[in-house]
Amino acid sequence: MAYTVKLEVFEGSLDLLLHLIKKNELDIFNIPIAQITSDYLNYIKLFRRLNLDFAGEFLVMASTLIHIKSRMLLPFIETVEEEEPEDYQIELAARLLDYEKFKEAASMLKEREIIQRNIYGRLPVIPGEEDYTIEASLFDLVDAFQRVVFRAEEEVREIIQEDIRVEDRVREILNLLENRRFVNFERIFSGQRTKRLLIVTFLALLELIRLRMVFARQAKPFGDIRIYRAKQELVAQG
Amino acid sequence: MEREELKNIIECLLFFSDKTLSIDKLAKIIEMDNYDKIKGAVEDLKKEYEIRNSGLQVVNIAEGYQICTRSEFSSWVRKLYKSQTTFQLSLPALETLSIIAYKQPVTRGEIEKIRGVDASCVLRTLLERKLIRISGRKKLPGRPILYGTTQEFLRYFGLRDLSEIPSLEEIKPPVSG
Repeated sequence: MAYTVKLEVFEGSLDLLLHLIKKNELDIFNIPIAQITSDYLNYIKLFRRLNLDFAGEFLVMASTLIHIKSRMLLPFIETVEEEEPEDYQIELAARLLDYEKFKEAASMLKEREIIQRNIYGRLPVIPGEEDYTIEASLFDLVDAFQRVVFRAEEEVREIIQEDIRVEDRVREILNLLENRRFVNFERIFSGQRTKRLLIVTFLALLELIRLRMVFARQAKPFGDIRIYRAKQELVAQG
Repeated sequence: MEREELKNIIECLLFFSDKTLSIDKLAKIIEMDNYDKIKGAVEDLKKEYEIRNSGLQVVNIAEGYQICTRSEFSSWVRKLYKSQTTFQLSLPALETLSIIAYKQPVTRGEIEKIRGVDASCVLRTLLERKLIRISGRKKLPGRPILYGTTQEFLRYFGLRDLSEIPSLEEIKPPVSG
């Protein structure tokens, strides 16, 4: 049987701090700053030794802790208009409490997720080739457009000065759909050689969708997108 | 319409639908505007399944009803559908979701302040899974995007509506004595 070592991985600096507090059974409202700071720094050293990549915010938290600690060591002079060390500590405690609540809420969601995964309802009927019934959302369209742009960027090498208007592209898209029920999303952009043209074409497409003159549909979520021509009577109805 | 007949019609609809049906939707299909009567019939049906100790159950999630299998029998259903992908949300995703569920509409900055970690990657995943949506923009400099939960969120966690999650005050942190 394989022997595996599981390293506790912390999502963020608050997570690590919370872990240290729980591990040492400390009171959030009365954190022994000196102890927690040295524990915290030990973890950071460990991260370094393990070559773990950790975000800068871990260092921000470390400096906050050291700051609180140093303020506590210094004699407090009331005339100085600065926050008392307790204030920093209270603020930190409030943040930790807040975060802890959401962590708890997250584990409640996790429980629900596990229960829900074991309950099955009827599955959607698997769509056939012609069953493009899901209306693509704006995000889907933007995603698809980004792929088009990405591909175009590899191809486009020359700079062409062109003046093209959205209205022209609207007409061209409608022409493309004249004798067809649908075209593939990518097809609308074929032959568009500049980024500017691609964007104008995309705007034209969005405008047509807004006017409900065409429909962008998918067979399944995140699937490819087809642009369908609206039926004549639909356009007439407005 | 006889109560028994109404109940049977609803049973057919809840059994056959691949998503939850709201009382509103049921009323439209049955062409009946007595919502209370429909709701009563759905609840009767729900109880019947419970009393009969059936393998099926009438669930009430995402502001609607559907007939689903009971969790005790999940392993058998899974044998039938081996290929079904088992997707689970990561802990950061769950934490971010819970913040959005409680604080919505909420900006990315507000989420990051609570978790102390960059949230852009998690937010993208949640948007793709359609568990959250962009609900608007906050009237602040830079007009930051506001996020909220979706119907899919309710469905995914088997929640009737948002009021079914306990309030933040009710959540007792295990530590902090």
